[in-house]
Amino acid sequence: MGKYKESFTKGIVKENPVLRLVLGTCPTLAVSTTVIGGLGMGVAATFVLVCSNIVISLLRKLIPSMVRLPAYIVVIAGFTTIVQMLLKAFVPSIDQILGIYLPLIVVNCIILGRAEAYAGKHSVGLSALDGLGMGVGFTAALVLMSAIREFFGSGTLAGWPENGMFPAIAVFAAPAGGFFVFGLLIWATNKLSAKFDKEFTPKTSFDCSACPHAASCEKMTMGGGCDE
Amino acid sequence: MNNLFLIVLGAMLVNNFVLSQFLGICPFLGVSKKLGSAVGMSLAVTFVMLMATAVTWPIQTFVLDPNDLGYLQTIVFILVIASLVQLVEIVLKRFVPPLHKSLGIYLPLITTNCAVLGVTILNIDEGYDFVSSMANSLGAGLGFLIAMVMFAGVRERLETADIPEGLRGIPSTLIAAALVSLSFFGFQGLFGL
Repeated sequence: MGKYKESFTKGIVKENPVLRLVLGTCPTLAVSTTVIGGLGMGVAATFVLVCSNIVISLLRKLIPSMVRLPAYIVVIAGFTTIVQMLLKAFVPSIDQILGIYLPLIVVNCIILGRAEAYAGKHSVGLSALDGLGMGVGFTAALVLMSAIREFFGSGTLAGWPENGMFPAIAVFAAPAGGFFVFGLLIWATNKLSAKFDKEFTPKTSFDCSACPHAASCEKMTMGGGCDE
Repeated sequence: MNNLFLIVLGAMLVNNFVLSQFLGICPFLGVSKKLGSAVGMSLAVTFVMLMATAVTWPIQTFVLDPNDLGYLQTIVFILVIASLVQLVEIVLKRFVPPLHKSLGIYLPLITTNCAVLGVTILNIDEGYDFVSSMANSLGAGLGFLIAMVMFAGVRERLETADIPEGLRGIPSTLIAAALVSLSFFGFQGLFGL
């Protein structure tokens, strides 16, 4: 039982994909201007993550390792298309807010990363829980960040109150505010983590450790990461 | 002609892919530590963007649209980009080894770069014709190059700066990116775009 619990909970705090592993940065920065947008993106990505983890785990013995990345991408693209259709049909307002970032779930590196690092090697149950945990962690981080940006940037929370509580500080809703709030959130995460977890070491650079391409990357096998 | 020029400048400065639209943030943060690798990565991205647009635009217009298969766009585009990148890598490795050594190593990373898939989908959403689509992709690629080169310069300075301990590493990089992005905010509304 312990490993099932572990596979679910690690994505929420210990290996939070956004705040600890610094993955999925594009959607995190882009849709976090409103709480509704952040929540919609989180739920949509979680759906794709759980479904693709289940399917990839079921197929893990059938997919030859040479072509596993393209195979994973096809599975993920299929579920992304399903999400696109569902949102267009049932919640068109969310579809409008997410816009181009909805089809771009297919290249969200959290999803390909989990397929490569986890679902391709573990049983269906564990993979589903792993996907759910990572999805919840992603959604929580997105909602937290969008709450901060919406509160300061428009003076509202999830669109309430309609006219804003105070004059908005527009820069928080602007792209620059996204980078700024994200930087401060990671700083706060590192501070809090160091306080509660004695073994914690903050991620200091954008290294290859979480990159889904690490295993097949020539740069990596030649030594060093992208930057070397 | 005038119109094409506006599309290139618009994609490059006003709607800069990295700093205004948040597409391609991973390589922007990950490969910008050294100027050399930043330029290599940007040129590879620009090249793949142009190639991908040249292939995906005809597919959408002549295959998907007439057959009412628009819903397959995401799957088809990502597959086309992935195989295209593989093909380019093989061709470069076989025929132009020096170019493969300087640009080719970034190619596998570009498959899942959201800027490439993003520009191909945006071209369709905006309803551009073929030439405008290519212009938009060129502008997007050049915009990526400008952002990367500027940011690589900033990061080389950051290396030696005295930063409070908690902010060292990723937080300071993101805050620096915020300041670079703020400078591009100044282009908002230019040319009425």
